Amino acid sequence: MASTTLPDVSTRRQKAGIAPLEYTRRLWLQLILAGSFVFLYFPIFALIAFSFNDSKRNITWQGFTFDYYVKAFTNSSLHEAALNTLIIASISTVVSTVLGAMIGLVLQRYRFPGKGGYDGLIHLPIVIPEVCLGVAMLAFFSAISMPLGIATVTISHIAFSFPFVAVVVRARMEGFDLALEEASRDLGASEWQTFWNVTFPYMVPGVVAGALLAMTLSLDDFVITFFTSGPGSTTFPVKIYSMVRFSVTPEVNAASTILIVLTLALTVAAMMIQSRSDKKTKKANG
Amino acid sequence: MEDWRKNKLVFWILYLPPTAWLVLFFTIPLAIVWVYSFGERGPLGQTEIAISFANYIRSMEWTNLYIILKSIWIATVTTAICLLIGFPLAMGIAFASARYRNVLLLLVILPFWTNLLVRTYAWIAILRTNGHVNWFLEWVHGLLAGVFGLLGMPDVLGTFEPLQLLYNQKAVIIGLVYVNLPFVVLPLYATLEKLDKSFLEASLDLGAGQWRTLFSVTAPLAWPGIVTAAMLCFILSLGTYLTPDLLGGPDSVMIGNLIAQQFGPSRDWPFGSALSFLLMYVTFILLWIRAFAARGEKGKLH
Repeated sequence: MASTTLPDVSTRRQKAGIAPLEYTRRLWLQLILAGSFVFLYFPIFALIAFSFNDSKRNITWQGFTFDYYVKAFTNSSLHEAALNTLIIASISTVVSTVLGAMIGLVLQRYRFPGKGGYDGLIHLPIVIPEVCLGVAMLAFFSAISMPLGIATVTISHIAFSFPFVAVVVRARMEGFDLALEEASRDLGASEWQTFWNVTFPYMVPGVVAGALLAMTLSLDDFVITFFTSGPGSTTFPVKIYSMVRFSVTPEVNAASTILIVLTLALTVAAMMIQSRSDKKTKKANG
Repeated sequence: MEDWRKNKLVFWILYLPPTAWLVLFFTIPLAIVWVYSFGERGPLGQTEIAISFANYIRSMEWTNLYIILKSIWIATVTTAICLLIGFPLAMGIAFASARYRNVLLLLVILPFWTNLLVRTYAWIAILRTNGHVNWFLEWVHGLLAGVFGLLGMPDVLGTFEPLQLLYNQKAVIIGLVYVNLPFVVLPLYATLEKLDKSFLEASLDLGAGQWRTLFSVTAPLAWPGIVTAAMLCFILSLGTYLTPDLLGGPDSVMIGNLIAQQFGPSRDWPFGSALSFLLMYVTFILLWIRAFAARGEKGKLH
């Protein structure tokens, strides 16, 4: 039975020119793909397009304008929020990168008592629901009676960012050959010289990728910032949130578009740095 | 790997600062919430330390249990829809020719780098009463009314009433599917891409149809990826705060919103703390089950 039907099926397929496993070349799957991408991209494109729309009602296209960008750029409370965001993100990025690189190195390199538990603990900030971490930070700052402000937001951002950096740096160091360090020490370099001239250059791509990740996390965070910021320390996302609550206007679209472009640029930079260093490593190895 | 005693000074220099930060600004805050969860709410809304399980018992009262169960329901529906959309999407990427694969993958990840708040806000503009969907429906309605008018049957459709699409449970599910879809597609893609395609070819050669191959060969082989994707999506949906806050209405308050409410307007921190820990326990149990399943999977292969 099977032997008589099989050639039949294969000739039919040959006619269509599609091998049995080339699912992506089949029309129905292409339609599903197209539908999924419309679902994923329509909201974002609509949002960006209507930030240029010359109408307050924000629904039918009335003509192209930059008015709402001008408005967003001259809105003083958005200015303040943007400035706060930049201050918080830069401090958080620097501190998270240093702390994350240190602990990433430790976890990759050393055996120490309680390492299994520590390994679990460092992943907790990555996995616990944001709202739980947000209220915990709020409870903590209130318990030590620290007024909510830029400092409390920054501390919280570092707390959930540096474990991400640690994961990235640790993964990078998995490929490092410890014999290089031994060679350096054998040739008379001190511990510090070995680190600075041998270990650190190898770490750099991981550290840079981790830093950019930490920066995006800080720039993008809403939930934890929402719970830990005070009146004068609103960040850009929290400001957009209060605008969204108030009304849907093209100005919110413009502010959102600025945030999209900023995060996208940072992520693309991170990817480019990573792929370039991958190429370099490949070249060095082969 | 080196033993930490080999160079204690270097070890301590690297180990202490991050550990201090983790303990001070992560472990202690969680410990405070844990202690609060056994406390009592004072008459002025202040938190009083005590040893009582009243907050946990209260979370099992019907009004609160209803919100918890509804959160689980919303997370389950979201996960199911995400898998239904995500699996064909991941298949399409994994079986694409090498030229397109990375581009398609990038297209799935790209929205994921857009701010969560912005992506959620985008849906408000689409679903609201005078949003894009209703605008489209009104246009179709106008078109149909014109056709019926030509056929000599005006008024058969009545006037257009915009649909109430926003501020309900459906809107929350749409929003959650939207933000969590990349988290489902990526693990599914990772397993489907690694999958040994000769098993599928063997199945097809031996006479099984495409559907039979999908359900008896592809899906079982991709099972670890499916479990990871489902777990990830479920955990993220269950713990969400922003999506129901912006897109939901009175019928779609989820556990995250209930927690935030206790730390905000209701000012009942002990109860909020108990809820917060319940949510974390559920998350940990699910992660633990997943880790356990992954270990079993590995054991089978060796």
